[in-house]
Amino acid sequence: MGIIEVEDVVRTFTVRRRTGRLKRERTEVRAVEGLTFGIEPGEMVGYIGPNGAGKSTTIKMLTGILVPSSGRLRVAGVDPQRDRTRLARRIGVVFGQRTTLWWDLPLRDSYELGRRIYRIEEARYRRNLDRCVELLELGPLLDVPVRQLSLGQRMRGDIAAALLHDPEVLYLDEPTIGLDVVSRNRVRAFLAEINAEQGTTVLLTTHDLTDIERLCSRVMVIDHGRVVYDGGIEGLHATGRSERTLVVDLAEPAGPIQVPGTRVVRIEGPRQWLSFPASQSAAPLVAAVAANHPLVDLSVREPAIEDVIARMYGDRGEVAAESPVVGVGD
Amino acid sequence: MRAYLLVARMWLRASLAYRTSFWLTALGNAVTSALDFAIIAIMFLHTPALGGWTLPQVAFLYGTSGMTLGLADLAVGSLDQLGQRVRDGSVDTVLVRPAAALAQLSADRFALRRVGRVFQSTLVLLWAVSRLHLDWTPGRLLVMVLLLVCGSVIFGSVFVAGGAFQFFAADAAEVQNSVTYGGATMLQYPPTIYARELVRGVVYGVPLAFVNWLPAMYVLGVPDTLGLPGWFRFASPLAALLCATAAGLAWRAALRSYRSTGS
Repeated sequence: MGIIEVEDVVRTFTVRRRTGRLKRERTEVRAVEGLTFGIEPGEMVGYIGPNGAGKSTTIKMLTGILVPSSGRLRVAGVDPQRDRTRLARRIGVVFGQRTTLWWDLPLRDSYELGRRIYRIEEARYRRNLDRCVELLELGPLLDVPVRQLSLGQRMRGDIAAALLHDPEVLYLDEPTIGLDVVSRNRVRAFLAEINAEQGTTVLLTTHDLTDIERLCSRVMVIDHGRVVYDGGIEGLHATGRSERTLVVDLAEPAGPIQVPGTRVVRIEGPRQWLSFPASQSAAPLVAAVAANHPLVDLSVREPAIEDVIARMYGDRGEVAAESPVVGVGD
Repeated sequence: MRAYLLVARMWLRASLAYRTSFWLTALGNAVTSALDFAIIAIMFLHTPALGGWTLPQVAFLYGTSGMTLGLADLAVGSLDQLGQRVRDGSVDTVLVRPAAALAQLSADRFALRRVGRVFQSTLVLLWAVSRLHLDWTPGRLLVMVLLLVCGSVIFGSVFVAGGAFQFFAADAAEVQNSVTYGGATMLQYPPTIYARELVRGVVYGVPLAFVNWLPAMYVLGVPDTLGLPGWFRFASPLAALLCATAAGLAWRAALRSYRSTGS
């Protein structure tokens, strides 16, 4: 039994567009279309996709904020729509773009409110708060009003707030957005630790693929409201039409090397760059090149994950970027 | 209820972060509401009765209208700013907490300064009662208590329903304000001075007449010149129940249709 179960979920939004002076056209936009996946307890899953692909919509349905148009959702055995408040005790949510902390009050007050609203026992609260304060280095910030915190400090504060009640599932919607390298690393290290020690299931959306590479053993790529890839991060290379690059230094400059299954993308004196499908082994290629041209040196470059994903969104990525932002209230 | 008190307490503390501003608004509100009743008193310098009601009787209407609206406003008045939260999507953060959204959002931006209206109206009501020399039979006392409770519930329901509509239409707050604040002003004066259609609207439409006009006719012993069924004077609990149910349904529908914002 997965801790998160999503079955054939659809969510549509009606978008009204002004077409004339008084006329308004109503169009239906499908933010999420027949989404199906499951997540096991203790997994840490990266959830990525271009803007408007349906990532946030999915997370909002999994927290009970949005009601799905159709389909079935279960989180920790609870239907998010029917038992929103019961579910709320068992999940933690961090929205990178929106704080749950109290703007004008010291950080500590937000945690105190959380303790009372979630009815966290004193001892457990102390223990969790102490751990968060230590790992996220919040000590000096506890008595500072939230409005005076920097973005990175506030984000760390938000993450701590989402974890004080020991949630079984933690959703993070772009938790590293706008953070500097130091803050990013601190947040990542903390998430890895929570996942390893508490066994907290984590679902994380991000545009920063380093987050995924560092943290997640599993990636789900969503595009146009459907899961287009679900698996290990290595598998992305095989699935996407990604290419590796063989860089060879020849003994002397030559014309473009002709080897079946490759193409020369660049030549600089004796150095040539050959692209070949990532799924193909480099060894026979090297042998084929060496058979005709004496080699001085060679190296193989793995494709950057960004490129892999960009290819996966494919030509449709551009369409997605131009389609109206889904879910904006009018 | 517990969540409501917790959130209200946080806002109270947050508002004290700007102490001077807190006391200045409190003072400002006290002055405005004091002037408010002065207008009615001045009117009576020129006429002994208004639509057949004497000054203490009108003061009774003024006091009950202000008190019930004030109590509702204190409790759930914040809902009239809900539209902004809906538009910027910050209702999200409320919905991920393990407490009723209505409780949390009603306590949102809780402002103690709203006590001012209740306090001032209570003073006017006490003055009115002291001048009216009413015979406080158990029946009168009961209707009086019901008036205050049911009146607050009716106004509270309008706030909740208005909040619910702000999930659909951003400018619903204006409509809601015209019913709550506008309605309360209307109830400060006797029903006899208004056009018949208008009175019908607040009897059968938004049943504000049940807040104080109808029960006041019984408490003050004023004859009904509107020609409404006699039992309407005691029907405030029924009207309050209907309002609360309608508002509750509207609220649930609104939450279900909440769209949040694009990330």
